[in-house]
Amino acid sequence: MIIVDILQKNATYICLLHKKKLMPSIDYHTVVETVVELFRKAVTEIGDDVILALRKAYENEDNELAKNNLKMILENIEVARKSKIPVCQDTGIPVVFVELGRELHLDFDLKAAIVEGVRKATEEVPLRPNVVHPITRENTMDNVGLHVPHLNVDITDGDTLKLTVLPKGAGSENVSALKMLPPTKPNKITRFVIETVKEAGGMPCPPTIVGVGIGSTFDGAAKLAKKALLRENILEMNEFELELLEKINSLGIGPMGLGGKTTSLAVLVEMGHCHLASLPVAVNIQCWAHRRASAVLR
Amino acid sequence: MATVEWTTPVSKEEILKVRVGDIVYISGEILTARDRAHERALKYLEAGKKLPIDLNGAVVFYCGPLIKKIGERLKIVSCGPTTTMRMNGYIREIVKRISHIVLVGKGEKGNEIAEALRGKGVFLAFPGGVGALAARAVKSINAIHWEDLGLPEAVWVLEVEKLGPCVVAIDAHGNNIYEEVERRVEENFRQLLVKIE
Repeated sequence: MIIVDILQKNATYICLLHKKKLMPSIDYHTVVETVVELFRKAVTEIGDDVILALRKAYENEDNELAKNNLKMILENIEVARKSKIPVCQDTGIPVVFVELGRELHLDFDLKAAIVEGVRKATEEVPLRPNVVHPITRENTMDNVGLHVPHLNVDITDGDTLKLTVLPKGAGSENVSALKMLPPTKPNKITRFVIETVKEAGGMPCPPTIVGVGIGSTFDGAAKLAKKALLRENILEMNEFELELLEKINSLGIGPMGLGGKTTSLAVLVEMGHCHLASLPVAVNIQCWAHRRASAVLR
Repeated sequence: MATVEWTTPVSKEEILKVRVGDIVYISGEILTARDRAHERALKYLEAGKKLPIDLNGAVVFYCGPLIKKIGERLKIVSCGPTTTMRMNGYIREIVKRISHIVLVGKGEKGNEIAEALRGKGVFLAFPGGVGALAARAVKSINAIHWEDLGLPEAVWVLEVEKLGPCVVAIDAHGNNIYEEVERRVEENFRQLLVKIE
């Protein structure tokens, strides 16, 4: 029996797969089915932390248009969860984080299993076929393509395989930005983050969640910014993050760019050491429909 | 702020009556269009070629629906709006060639189409991502045109019942909520900069 813990937000769900068959280790089929279930969960169920943040925002707003938008968003989350349908028609581009325990020995093609899971999820959930060739714009129709699903692989201690899916919509991805800042001017970070949110306006479907990657390399900063979005509870922010959030919300962009106090629900920062001569900063914006789900396989 | 209910096709008088901040619910036949459908529609209009649907008085929903095939039948699962600003160039040219129109989109920035819509059209905002709720208003799929553009980019003719609440974000009299918000945001940003630098 293989026990899969699907961890999302604060809740722990335990699914028993292949109840009848005794299985000695993680296999191809289990990974495929886990990926399908993770995408299904991610696109149909918004996390409790995000719902709580949206409710707080609703209470806090006095602008009627902002309140109306937040009310519809909360209603939509409820309808999607109850009817098991995707909250948003843009079910995103598939991004998968893989944390591979170094004691694990897998005797199958893990990448192929994840790819197959995305294909199957596209048909079964369903997900909108969003993946096209960058130049010809030809749609692959199964959300699989060159370097898609986008995999982020990390090697961890232990003997578990953790899979996290983060289907990412284009509206918020399109307004994300990266800049190599002057290394001796860390105060420029605040300006760059706020400016990126300001430039985005209503386009990324605010209230957003702002992932910030500080340090590392050009590509590493972008990866950190995306990883920042995976924080288990978006409401657990440190002082620096809360200060950034307050400044962002003083801009007045508001839900859907129609004005109001809530432009963002959270600012989440991940840092990495960097070269003495550089200071990369990446801002990855996430729409209110923050879709993510994880599973740990043993 | 007034609340009105429209049944398509919407008349020019109805369009001229509403002001920014008003709430609109739409019933009747609407059509979806994205980037590539706009490109083709403009080509047809420029060449004097007949469009598969009449755009005069039409309600254009900027949406690429999520569809499920159940046997031979297609079902709209989720259908929230997409950003329309990418299509502003096409919208300006298309609006010149028709009498009046209703556009339904989502969160924008600035969105400088108020001049193009003056006396002719309105832009209604429906919250982005609210696709499950929007799908509940869809009663049937009446037709699909230009399927060769791919299902999300095709033109879907949908029968809707009380799609809304939509907010008039740009009216036919030059008022534009997005531009007002943009001005305030720029001012707030300038004040913030003084504090942080």
